[in-house]
Amino acid sequence: MPVVKLDQAVAVLGHFPALAGASLLVQRGEIVLLRGPNGAGKTTLLRVCAGLVPIVRGEGSVLGLDLKTDREAVRRIVGMLGHQNGLYLDLTVAENIRFWGATVGATENETSAAMERLGVADRLAEVPVRKLSAGQKRRTALACLVARRAQLWLLDEPHAGLDAAARDELDLTLRAAAGAGATIVVASHELERAGSLATRAVDVVAGQVNGGEQ
Amino acid sequence: MSGWRVACLVARKDLLVERRSRVVLNQVLPFAGVTMVIFAFALDSDAVLERVAPGLVWLATMFSLLVLVQRTFAIETDDGALDAMRVAGVDPRAIYLGKAMGLAIELLVLEIVLLFAAVILYRQTVPVDGIALLAITLLSATCGLAAVGTLYGGLAAGFKGRETLLPLLTLPAVAPVLIGATRAVEAALGTAGAVVSDGWPWVGLLLVFAATFGVGGSLAFGPLIDE
Repeated sequence: MPVVKLDQAVAVLGHFPALAGASLLVQRGEIVLLRGPNGAGKTTLLRVCAGLVPIVRGEGSVLGLDLKTDREAVRRIVGMLGHQNGLYLDLTVAENIRFWGATVGATENETSAAMERLGVADRLAEVPVRKLSAGQKRRTALACLVARRAQLWLLDEPHAGLDAAARDELDLTLRAAAGAGATIVVASHELERAGSLATRAVDVVAGQVNGGEQ
Repeated sequence: MSGWRVACLVARKDLLVERRSRVVLNQVLPFAGVTMVIFAFALDSDAVLERVAPGLVWLATMFSLLVLVQRTFAIETDDGALDAMRVAGVDPRAIYLGKAMGLAIELLVLEIVLLFAAVILYRQTVPVDGIALLAITLLSATCGLAAVGTLYGGLAAGFKGRETLLPLLTLPAVAPVLIGATRAVEAALGTAGAVVSDGWPWVGLLLVFAATFGVGGSLAFGPLIDE
């Protein structure tokens, strides 16, 4: 079963068809890069996959859940990360990850495993998020996605605002996550960096996906 | 996970953030205290102060409510956590209930401090037979204020001019609480010859208000914070 399956999906923002018949297949463990100019529909495509924007025509599913009828259920198994990390700056790394894990009933073991996996279990665990570097915040946000059992990671410009070291750190983290079974869809303008990270790249042009069904 | 448990989780998280940041302790309580002192300077008459003390306590509470609501939603919007909760499919009714519970606990602490301030600054006394009425008034008014504050705080959180929008939305909506709670506290304290039995109908109003905004708020919160 594909993780993401879109078939001629149409999504409308206001009266504008931000997705105009997009088709995309993403298999488990893939890192798929969405390329395209501003306004092409990359972010809308991610938001459709996250269950945030409804499909008005065509078909779509995430891990077998229908994007027309089960959007609330889709949200629970998908993690989306944009320019912000969704963290509480006054809480520590461990408290943030515990909180997000607890929203889905994650056990203490699962939370600890998420922290281990993203490398924030030891020295960083008791540091308030406010004091972290941008790269460390990103890692913490990804650990929150793991703790709340997100099976599909949707990342919108994940390298934005990070310095070179933090970008390298993020790429390592994402490769390790994909190796451990996570499926990742990335929208990025930084083609060289994101291209080397991705296992496949597709072009989003005028609300359609070229090469999305490979 | 049940909505109630998520609500408790959200409330606990908000109180933990407060324990770490100490904004209520270091900023809101001093603000409320200064407001009470300024009222005393402005009115400058013991007789007048004794007469209007219950109203001044609730006015100071309303102003402090605005600061508290802005703070409770600032922690959600600083790094996009409120959006992240919606994206994660967390039940908006649980978010609303949790935020309202956290806010109510902070408000309750504030009100108790303000009542003590009124006793000291405005020479108020609390008769024994008014204690039950006073306690229930505090609880019911707090629930109403927290319900309204959370609803409009969530609404204003998505707007750029939220600092000015929040008072514009909130203050008219909480006017019934200001009136009802002031009358009920006057009855509890025996201000200007009021008796305890005069206060219970006002408590009824406060309870209806809290229930109405609590139910309405929990239903409306999701669409308000969603896109």
